[in-house]
Amino acid sequence: MKGLKYILTGILFGIVMSKSEAISWYRIQEMFRFQGFHMYGIIGTAVILGVTAVWLIKKYNLRDFQGNPILFKPKEKSVPRYLIGGIIFGLGWALVGACPGPLFVNIGHGFWPILIAIVGAVAGTFLYGLVRSRLPH
Amino acid sequence: MLETLSGPWHWFVSGAVIALVLVLLLFFGKSFGFSSNLRVICAACGAGKVNSFFDFNWKAQTWNLLFLVGAILGGFISTTWLSDGEPIQISQATVQDIQELGFAAPQDLQPQELFGSEALSDLKTVLVLLVGGLLIGFGTRYAGGCTSGHAISGLSNLQLPSLIAVIGFFIGGLIMTFLLLPLIF
Repeated sequence: MKGLKYILTGILFGIVMSKSEAISWYRIQEMFRFQGFHMYGIIGTAVILGVTAVWLIKKYNLRDFQGNPILFKPKEKSVPRYLIGGIIFGLGWALVGACPGPLFVNIGHGFWPILIAIVGAVAGTFLYGLVRSRLPH
Repeated sequence: MLETLSGPWHWFVSGAVIALVLVLLLFFGKSFGFSSNLRVICAACGAGKVNSFFDFNWKAQTWNLLFLVGAILGGFISTTWLSDGEPIQISQATVQDIQELGFAAPQDLQPQELFGSEALSDLKTVLVLLVGGLLIGFGTRYAGGCTSGHAISGLSNLQLPSLIAVIGFFIGGLIMTFLLLPLIF
């Protein structure tokens, strides 16, 4: 079962998203209203530890489990796509109270109406593909 | 042990476990980015025949779809075996603000008004979820990533584009929270 490790990592992700309450509309509201430290603590801790991990991987040229070098692809330089795309996503994030990962974790909790948002997210991705050549990037 | 795990997790523990997920995927030779799955789902449904953006070897991304399946299972495990049934504890100021929008004080992890069983029979709620989903799907692909791909993976690699994207997430989130939500609800 080559794929089992991805399922298990996904389970760990689903559990931490649930138990951190990052999948909750309430927590996202609290975050965007700057009325609680919780979400900032979660993201801040993940980023500080992530920066440290990536730095160590680069410094010691660590390899993945198959012995291949771990490479980091730099993101393309641009402003409009990140800023405009980011704003559009932010509008949806604050409305539904879930970013893409939590959209799916919520299914596991049986919050079935989230399926409508997932249909919307797939449709939105498709729509982007249709109009992307006409958008500033 | 199970009792400790069943309560809400401290933000530090939560952040550390998310960083662990990032590191595990890196050591599997992959990168942490959830919204890519939305493009993969489009491609798997045959969108590549209509549009070249979806004409790529999506099967190479099967690992990410398995991660997605795991995320759903993780949600199920949490609510079935790792739940103490207590309502979520958020700031009292937030409770007051959302009550002004017409939301009751939290009884569960999610508001009944949006995610309860009756939500599906209310046209406005269906539209809110659908439009919100459209914005999430369109925006993440336009920006080339979501919270995992930009805020976690990108910032961990000190990528300026990811910082710009995260600033965008917040501009959008603040506009929705303070300007649009009072008009919608």
